[in-house]
Amino acid sequence: MNTMNKGFWWELKKHKIKLLMLLPAVIYFFVFNYLPMAGIIIAFKRYDYVGGIFGSPWVGFENFRYFIESGQLWHITKNTVLYNLVFLLVNNLLEIVMAILLAEMAGKYIRKFLQSAIFLPYFISWVVVSAFVYNVFNYEYGSLNSLLASFGMDSVDVYSKPTAWVFILIFFSAWKTVGYGTVFYLAAIMGIDSETYEAAEMDGANIFQRVRHITLPALIPTAVILLMLSLGGIVKGDFQMFYQIVGDNGLVYNTTDVIDTFVVRSMLTIQEFGMPAAAGLYQSVVSLILIVTVNYLVRKAEKDLALF
Amino acid sequence: MRLHADRFWFNTLGYILVGLFALVCLLPFWLVITGSFMTQESITLHGYTFWPSEWSLGAYKLLGETSAGFIRAYGITIVVTAIGTTVGLLVTTMTAYVLNCKDFRQRNYVAFYFYFTTLFSGGLVPWYIMMVKYLHMKNSILALILPPMLSVFYILIMRSFIAAIPEAIRESATVDGAGDFTIFTRLILPLLKPALATIGLFIALHYWNDWFNTMMFIDNEKIYNLQYYLYQVLSKMEFLNQAAAQAGIATTANMPSDAYKMAMTLVTTGPILLLYPFVQRYFVQGITVGAVKG
Repeated sequence: MNTMNKGFWWELKKHKIKLLMLLPAVIYFFVFNYLPMAGIIIAFKRYDYVGGIFGSPWVGFENFRYFIESGQLWHITKNTVLYNLVFLLVNNLLEIVMAILLAEMAGKYIRKFLQSAIFLPYFISWVVVSAFVYNVFNYEYGSLNSLLASFGMDSVDVYSKPTAWVFILIFFSAWKTVGYGTVFYLAAIMGIDSETYEAAEMDGANIFQRVRHITLPALIPTAVILLMLSLGGIVKGDFQMFYQIVGDNGLVYNTTDVIDTFVVRSMLTIQEFGMPAAAGLYQSVVSLILIVTVNYLVRKAEKDLALF
Repeated sequence: MRLHADRFWFNTLGYILVGLFALVCLLPFWLVITGSFMTQESITLHGYTFWPSEWSLGAYKLLGETSAGFIRAYGITIVVTAIGTTVGLLVTTMTAYVLNCKDFRQRNYVAFYFYFTTLFSGGLVPWYIMMVKYLHMKNSILALILPPMLSVFYILIMRSFIAAIPEAIRESATVDGAGDFTIFTRLILPLLKPALATIGLFIALHYWNDWFNTMMFIDNEKIYNLQYYLYQVLSKMEFLNQAAAQAGIATTANMPSDAYKMAMTLVTTGPILLLYPFVQRYFVQGITVGAVKG
């Protein structure tokens, strides 16, 4: 290419419309993503509003020390990672089962209806989910207790039972995302060469054998890679879900507090910025290390599936 | 084709398992609907139930009487969704178009500039300080419009939609002397209608369901959006009493406040439930394109 040596200004002139078209997005990400990256120095400062990010006094690793010594670091990291692992396993398993069953389903209309039904929760806001939680689990009027009462059983006060929330969170995570993930796996099944199925049928394989020996082996590598790539996000809690389902119920923080809820709560209710900034930086760095490592491994195993 | 025994059993299993899961997915909606038609008396007595002992429109009547704040919140959400989706979609598509131009050699560097923001972030605290202290977004409607506007993920999906358009179309137009912006508006956009619908709907859904930015940046009740308004109704008893007082209604013990919560939930989700059958396929398409991309 002779454009190589025509120089910077020539390139600039040639692509000026393209550059103008890129400009809004470039500025957007600069302001909302790159500038806050520079703001992470706040994790090493004692924030005061007047001084702002750059004028506040330095405190070294004070915020991190406090974050670790309060026991929060270990506690919320453990919760975040464990929840994400369970969500990943439960949701992916359900998604694969749903996708295989739907793909083989004979009735076209009932298949469409069922798929629509399980995809619907994806479209609902977490605030509405919190209305569901209120409707079902509220101690005085909840439909769960109504149901228990109609069988002559005692009411349950879920709000004071920390372990109950583990299952409620797992339930709603599956409820909201399985439909979405099923679409994903259905697309992967549709990508399997139909000739393979026909050949198997010709050889007398029944449907269970076909699923066992063709569909599953085709999906498992995709699933494994997907799971591995999700590992990068394993220290990131879904704030919207945790906040709307659990709310401000301090009784159950022990089992439900994740890094993201901790950060927002410290910021908005205690008006403390240094420690949550330290927690956020810790989260971002661990996440980046995980993504890069996992991506390196995926790249070695299956080059096409690597993210970068 | 004849239905074999194995197929029959597999399908039966499918109907049962997927059917059960579908039932679980729909059940909460049913509970909200029945809850919204109950009287306060029967909720106090029996709690929310699968089938109300008597059906009442009391909650909807109360909703109508106290609708001022709620209608304003609806308006805020509609305006924010409309503006945000239009601008966001235009910028997303424009950016994706340039990232696809093969003659723009630096495009991969630019793509990485966007992509890197998904790998590393400064976290919530610096972002919040940036928004409040330096951009003065506290209690500004821009705080609701700007943050959900662009997403790297949508730019990348749009890029693969555009990549499916034959390069020859662009090349022939370049030979005819058309500039990039002309090619973009006259040639590419009309070919992208399904993709625009898909990405536009994803962005719009995001705006419709957003409450986080209101919680972060808005103290002024007059600019609460719909989801946050619902959140206030659900989490604060006083909120309804306040709205009732403003509408000049005396607060009574019989006021259907618990059915009101469910009625409010239903009207907030209503537009999505009504549009869902028509827009679902666009979302499926979007996810599938994302899946193929990996």
